[in-house]
Amino acid sequence: MKDRNHLGNIGLIHQVNIIENGLIDIPMLQVLQPDGSVHSKADLPEITEHCALKILHTMQYIRLLDERMVAAQRQGRISFYLACTGEEASTIGSAAALEPQDMIMSQYREQGALAYRGFTTKEFMDQMFSNQNELNKGRQMPIHYGSKALNFMTISSPLGTQIPQASGYAYGQKMAGLDAVTICYFGEGAASEGDFHAGVNMAAVLDCPAIFFCRNNGYAISTPSEEQFAGDGIASRGIGYGVRTIRVDGNDVLAVYSATQAARKIALEHQCPVLIEAMTYRLAAHSTSDDPTGYRSKDEEERWRLKDPVLRFKTWIDAKGWLNKEQNLEFIEQTRQEILKELKLAEQVPICPIEQIIEDVYDTPPWHLKAQLAELKTHIKKYPEAYPKTSGRL
Amino acid sequence: MAKMNMLQAVNNALITAMNDDEKVMVFGEDVGHFGGVFRATSNLQQTFGKGRCFNTPLTEQGIIGFATGLASQGSVPVAEIQFADYIFPAFDQIVNETAKFRYRSGGQFSCGTLTIRTPYGGGIAGGHYHSQSPEAFFAHVPGMKVVIPRNPYQAKGLLLASIRDDNPVLFMEPKRLYRASVGEVPEDDYQLPLGKADVIKLGSDITLLAWGAQVEIIEKAAAMAEEQGISCEVIDLQSILPWDIETVCSSVEKTGRLLINHEAPLTAGFASEIAASVQEKCFLHLESPICRVCGLDTPYPLAHEKEYMPDHLKTFEAIKRTVNF
Repeated sequence: MKDRNHLGNIGLIHQVNIIENGLIDIPMLQVLQPDGSVHSKADLPEITEHCALKILHTMQYIRLLDERMVAAQRQGRISFYLACTGEEASTIGSAAALEPQDMIMSQYREQGALAYRGFTTKEFMDQMFSNQNELNKGRQMPIHYGSKALNFMTISSPLGTQIPQASGYAYGQKMAGLDAVTICYFGEGAASEGDFHAGVNMAAVLDCPAIFFCRNNGYAISTPSEEQFAGDGIASRGIGYGVRTIRVDGNDVLAVYSATQAARKIALEHQCPVLIEAMTYRLAAHSTSDDPTGYRSKDEEERWRLKDPVLRFKTWIDAKGWLNKEQNLEFIEQTRQEILKELKLAEQVPICPIEQIIEDVYDTPPWHLKAQLAELKTHIKKYPEAYPKTSGRL
Repeated sequence: MAKMNMLQAVNNALITAMNDDEKVMVFGEDVGHFGGVFRATSNLQQTFGKGRCFNTPLTEQGIIGFATGLASQGSVPVAEIQFADYIFPAFDQIVNETAKFRYRSGGQFSCGTLTIRTPYGGGIAGGHYHSQSPEAFFAHVPGMKVVIPRNPYQAKGLLLASIRDDNPVLFMEPKRLYRASVGEVPEDDYQLPLGKADVIKLGSDITLLAWGAQVEIIEKAAAMAEEQGISCEVIDLQSILPWDIETVCSSVEKTGRLLINHEAPLTAGFASEIAASVQEKCFLHLESPICRVCGLDTPYPLAHEKEYMPDHLKTFEAIKRTVNF
């Protein structure tokens, strides 16, 4: 047996000295200033023109998608939507620093990461219209995307549940000897769930190559972060759990990209977790069911609009001489039209046939589910007009 | 009397309870300044201050553990879980702590003043994480009471009774009816008894039993059956635990038939418990098997929500089958 000493190298004091809150100062990495210029002392990440333009295009794409889908919800065409406006740099900048084989476990506001991976407009639309082409077979509310092919785990509404799962997934990657990590996104609100503490602690103890990426956007629906925690954000907790930690400006895509690149390298080389806290702001409402005028001021929102992550990055790209303005306008117009076209197509596609209702509950449907389906089909045949979405195909 | 929807009735009950007893405190995710995502707690913080109505961090296990401790200290917490689908991180606290607090201490300590409010149920295009009806999980826990209202009047009276009951109560609110159900509600303080069912309509051929939002479904089916000459007695169970076996059995002894409807999946749903108990008590009065019209044994679907739901048509067909057995 190993002889343990859990006191380690604890020093001794001989007067009562209660440690004050906030003694650890965790600074924030910023490469680009809000006006898009580079800080004179900043280390620029190694980033290719191709990658930079792909990031910009994904940001612009997501903004167009968000605008269009919020409008579609208002028109009653989809039941629900959740925009990520203001947080594009956090999700897209981090996704860009990963490799395609890395697993993404997201919360629900990371459509930018998914788009960067290559999720198509058609796939977005099929999901939001819950039609029969949808990869999750129309079983979840709009925005609960998932793609096995793109290593993007299907989203679950309950908050924080993906955090310990990410630790487990990353442990599996390590044991299989893969050159891959798991990134786990969550908000500062979800970090109050017990699953956060369980998941990060387990990743630390079990040496899991996971990147815990917190989008600290200031609000959990209406609850401001000062009512969410009294400590120094989420970064301070990483230190408490013995996890390497960095805080970045979540509206600065180059800072996010640099930090995530470094985190991936450390996670793989040292086989350990890294926590990134991205300081950003949810300019969007929580969802289309939410109205932020009930809990925050227009002035506050305006202050953050000035820190627009897309404009900041575009300005930098322009200064690098990588931006062809004419081509970019063309890209935006083409994207707008593609979104409209795919939206119109997806809303015409029927939902899955009724047989799907009992599938995937188990690997194969047991007797009682088969019996319930048979009874349901008999019933639908008797009242076809009451179940118009499925009766036509019985 | 005033015209209120169910949200206004819940809000009114909370104001009534907070005015009546300064130990009543209301908290949960977003319930403070914002008044809750459904606005059930509107203006409570503004009226009663941040000490008595406040936002909590986003942790259901924390909310219920905190509420249980607060109740054991002698306060009267009304804790909100934003959706019943999200109550499960608090399952350990509810099942192992809240429900057993009095029993394990030989009656020395109790958290009986605790009430947990939570919206539940489907019909709102919420998919499986905003639609579930988990009442049967909690009905399986000795020490918890489970209460579900069907309209604004019942909501206020039953919520006030739950807050003042000396047992922890899980008060489940049918969110599909939050704005859809409107009715006359007394502005005064009143309570409706826990553990009592409500016979809504008398009938002679079959007893229809449901709770929450499904009560209007069985009423609709009853109206269809009446047109075919089938007389239905309609009962709202109101309290899932303890449940009013006396009212249900005396109805079944009269009609000889029982149909139970709930949104939750069929298998091990609360209808199973009712059916088992009723056949024990009323075996010789039964003229047909007790019938359950329930959700399918699948997660609550999104695209197939309409097909999944135990609607009035499925109920009507089941009434005919039962009567013609």
